[in-house]
Amino acid sequence: MSKKSKKKQENLEPVYRKKLIKRRKPNRSIIGDLFLYLFLLMVAVVMAFPLIYAVSSALKPLDELFKFPPKILAQNPTFDNFSDLFVTMGKSWVTFSRYLFNTVFITFVGTFGHLLVASMGAFVLAKYDFPGNQTFFKLVTVAMMFTGYVTQIPNYLILNKLGWIDTYWSIIIPAFASPMGLFLMKQFMEGLPTSLIEAAKIDGASEWRVFSGIVMPNVKPAWMTLIIFSVQGLWNNKAATFIYSEQKKTLVYAMQQIQSGGIARTGQGAAVLVVLMIVPIAIFIFSESQILETMASSGLKD
Amino acid sequence: MGNYIRKYFILRKHNLQVAWKKAKRSKMCYLFLLPYALLFTLFFVAPVVISIFYGFTYYNILEKPRFIGLQNYISLILDDDIFLIGLKNTLMIAVITGPLGYIMSFLFAWLINELPRWVRSVAVVVFYAPSIAGNCYVIFSVFFRGDAYGYVNAFLMNIGIIDTPVLWFINPDYMLPICMLVILWMSLGTGFLSFVAGLQGVDRSQFEAGYMDGVKNRWQELWYITLPNMRPMLMFGAVMSITQAFGVCDVTMALCGYPSTDYAARTIVTHLFDYGFTRFEMGYACAIATILFLMMILCNKAIQSLLRRVGT
Repeated sequence: MSKKSKKKQENLEPVYRKKLIKRRKPNRSIIGDLFLYLFLLMVAVVMAFPLIYAVSSALKPLDELFKFPPKILAQNPTFDNFSDLFVTMGKSWVTFSRYLFNTVFITFVGTFGHLLVASMGAFVLAKYDFPGNQTFFKLVTVAMMFTGYVTQIPNYLILNKLGWIDTYWSIIIPAFASPMGLFLMKQFMEGLPTSLIEAAKIDGASEWRVFSGIVMPNVKPAWMTLIIFSVQGLWNNKAATFIYSEQKKTLVYAMQQIQSGGIARTGQGAAVLVVLMIVPIAIFIFSESQILETMASSGLKD
Repeated sequence: MGNYIRKYFILRKHNLQVAWKKAKRSKMCYLFLLPYALLFTLFFVAPVVISIFYGFTYYNILEKPRFIGLQNYISLILDDDIFLIGLKNTLMIAVITGPLGYIMSFLFAWLINELPRWVRSVAVVVFYAPSIAGNCYVIFSVFFRGDAYGYVNAFLMNIGIIDTPVLWFINPDYMLPICMLVILWMSLGTGFLSFVAGLQGVDRSQFEAGYMDGVKNRWQELWYITLPNMRPMLMFGAVMSITQAFGVCDVTMALCGYPSTDYAARTIVTHLFDYGFTRFEMGYACAIATILFLMMILCNKAIQSLLRRVGT
């Protein structure tokens, strides 16, 4: 190293270290940072407001709901609206708990199956080289480029042929094949060291053993990601196009029924909204760091 | 010449034989992929093929499909005024909310990235929550209620901008802009998460190197270091944004009604539902689906080739 550059480095070093300690990056001005934080705070309030409003409406007793001008936060929060859901709708032909059960069942089975099926596919796509591997994965990426709405009509015809219309399976089984889950899982599995798998193979482990005993425990962050995307899709599934029977319909449908019930049902409507939004958000909060770890490998390479 | 062709075919045959041998050896792989591949083919590949096929027929489920050539497409474009409204609305929503949502996703992800660790995780939850909060957007129908008790109306009347309440979801002038607002509120979705994760993964030493090389402010840092590093995530985010922007229907159906006044909030997808599930004109609906499919794929391909040039 020449003398000159050495000297330059010595000059830089203390300054740089000090900045590291203060955890500030070199190219930032304090005013700029302050301005940005303020801006972010404002946007965050705007983003959160409708959600907060929904939660507080669900907690408001009846007299507060119709106060004008409205208070953003409930003064005397109660859980009456939630218990009303079970009480008033407990007497209706299809009870609220039935809608809840339908949604939970669809979400649970659909997510579990999706996780298993997509992981198995992703495992071989990521770690083995076989003819058709690349082509199939490309096809999956193309499938991410169009929405489910494109396939909804033909899916109806297919499900009709299979005789699954008006059963839970019409929602659950197609959810197994969601391209997004396979894509994310495969991208994440590619980051696993191949030596891990080879070592197990030398020890004589079968493919299934490698998959269930070594690969799956090592990709737990990706599980959470698949789970959140699948839950988000299924928990909010209206299911009205493939399911006709009232007793098989889902929460979202119940919500629409309640909301069309008019002003007297405002509180209960808000309560259902909260039930609908709390589950995906809670899962996300609990697994945020794992999900972000998975999303780091989500990039589409050309 | 003939020699070349023969050699080409011999080579082809050889390649196929090698592939066949490899395929035979990797039976296990196919077995693992089989469940997914089967379902994927059944619910994602076959529907596209079916919808292209039925697009050329008249089919109402009860009768056998009857081949009518391009008639569906011709009537869609020449006779169906409502489809054209839907097409216009979809394009408008896509052109405005697509890029805006995409830029917002990146911008906020980038700004959040600067925050201390715990603030960042809270911020990610706050920004991402609306897109996974399911049907929470219906709460906007409370804010924008059409009478004087709707909050927006009351607010605007109090400060004297309007003197009679505006029927936000019935007056065609306001429907689309409000829907777009709601869509933008929900647009920090999967792409946003991918950006946040990608930004955390950018190699720190590159910034230090850039600092030495005279990168002066955060904007230069963004263009010369961050963006080129983020290209794969940018591609992924674009796919998410486009797919979402063209598929708008839930928000417009929930807020403006279905059908909406004067069809002012009709999108291609609601038109599709109308013909598919209300009128059971499956052939016509399949033609609409095919058009939507082509629009999405073409738009995705175009944007991807554009994004390949970022930072180069």
